[in-house]
Amino acid sequence: MFQTRLLRTGAARVGAAIVLLFLLVGILAPWLAPSDPLQIHMEHKLSLPSLEYPLGTDHLGRCVLSRLIFGIRTSLYYSLMVLTAVFSISVPIGLLAGYAGGKVDHVIMRIIDILLAFPSLILSLAITAMLGPGMENLMIAFVAVWWTGYARVIRGMVLQIKESDYIMAARAAGTSHLQIVFRHILLNTARPILVLASLEVGTIILSIVGLSFLGLGAQPPTPEWGIMLNDSRPYIQTAPRLLLFPGLTIMLVVLGFNLLGEGLKPSNHGLAEARKEEEVSP
Amino acid sequence: MLRADGIKPTYEAIEATRQALGLDGPVYMQYVHWLSRLFRLDLGISYSSGRPVFTELMSRFPATAVLTTGSLLVALGVALPLGIGSALYPGSWLDRLGRGCALLSVSMPGYWLSLILIYYGGVKLKLLPVTGMEGPSSLVLPSIALGFGLAGIYIRLIRTSLLDILGKLYIKAARAKGLAGWAVIAKHALRNAWLPSMTLLGIHMSALLGGSVVVETIFSWPGLGKYAVDAIFAKDYIVIQGYVLLMALVVVLVNLAVDMLHMLLDPRIRLR
Repeated sequence: MFQTRLLRTGAARVGAAIVLLFLLVGILAPWLAPSDPLQIHMEHKLSLPSLEYPLGTDHLGRCVLSRLIFGIRTSLYYSLMVLTAVFSISVPIGLLAGYAGGKVDHVIMRIIDILLAFPSLILSLAITAMLGPGMENLMIAFVAVWWTGYARVIRGMVLQIKESDYIMAARAAGTSHLQIVFRHILLNTARPILVLASLEVGTIILSIVGLSFLGLGAQPPTPEWGIMLNDSRPYIQTAPRLLLFPGLTIMLVVLGFNLLGEGLKPSNHGLAEARKEEEVSP
Repeated sequence: MLRADGIKPTYEAIEATRQALGLDGPVYMQYVHWLSRLFRLDLGISYSSGRPVFTELMSRFPATAVLTTGSLLVALGVALPLGIGSALYPGSWLDRLGRGCALLSVSMPGYWLSLILIYYGGVKLKLLPVTGMEGPSSLVLPSIALGFGLAGIYIRLIRTSLLDILGKLYIKAARAKGLAGWAVIAKHALRNAWLPSMTLLGIHMSALLGGSVVVETIFSWPGLGKYAVDAIFAKDYIVIQGYVLLMALVVVLVNLAVDMLHMLLDPRIRLR
């Protein structure tokens, strides 16, 4: 009932199906993967797709399909963890700044302005370089840089809701501040936050895989989509299929999240979308 | 933290370097020195390459600027016809094409698109050079790789802002006056619908002028992004400092240019 209301459009249902499929396959990876993603078979290297290796093998004879399936556990799950961390920092801070207002708001917003003044990719690269390459450090760098934009957007939403009549009515009825924030404001921001989050997972996945592609994130031999792409670069002439499969996988999962996010938006026309577009873009 | 290869430096070496870099003076004197050198366009010498940072930055800036122009042209070249078309004929095949393109653009990993372009443009058909900067033809592939990823946002933004404006009363008034259809679109609607996209264009331009790490790495493009990232890895603080300063300057100048363009296009802002 709740879901049918949320997923009104066909595109949103397709998106949800893709996302769900990826999450499930990731969970069931040990049972679904045809072979061990780390097992090297030099005698089978760069072999064509066959019954034993449905998508063929890479330059070390590892099963491409198994590596893609186990890659969900790194690429997708880590991105979702980054997303959770980003929102569990930015939502409380945005709520606090927006609802408290005054000096609290001022101090928080100035800190955010300072952090936003740096180019975000360069800042997260600098933090990664300081901490050293690796998936955990990359995640820390991402969260440290990315919470700021969302805190600002959420503060903006809170400021708008705070002025509405029903909040005034709640105040007049003697509702405590805490109850107003959690029951009235947080619940009313839940949907825009959900839309923002599902549109954002795509960007986070693309960035995390991209930095792993550059060698800053997960380290070989971890099955990870960015590493798979980078490993396959020397074989662009002899075995281009090695570049095709990881790329398609990344695109499919990002497409799934984007379709889901688009479908969750209240309306696909008019000013509301334009406003949201402007808010999301910086 | 700053050692190369984990070799511990001697005490004398540290002192000598501190004196050479002027780090033995008080902080405010260091700042004055840095400022006075800045006015002489001296940003210091890179630790790792031993070359002056200013000349290095200046030699790499043109490559990044050219790539920025190229990719923004690609982005707008895709987005303008699709965005305008889908706003004028909502629900048509053009609208659906625009929607599909926008979705593809935001979902396509830039590094993968780069590799596909290298495969088809360079390896398979051997049409275009795939690495380095050897003339106008080598600009094509990296520009598409960077520009296509941006096109989606502009398609959506142009579509929504144009749709919004087309519903306004002054458009109806212009039509009622008997203005030709194209004149209404070109003179009244587009001029207003263009403003939000221009703000975004400014943001993208300053981001792109910082250099794209991924595309520059894949295409061996001699730009700023690769230089900055190499400096970050080498912990070459002099270079990072110079790069951040240049970026700050770029952001300020681009924002100024966007504000001035806004004033040029929108008389209401001029009057304020």
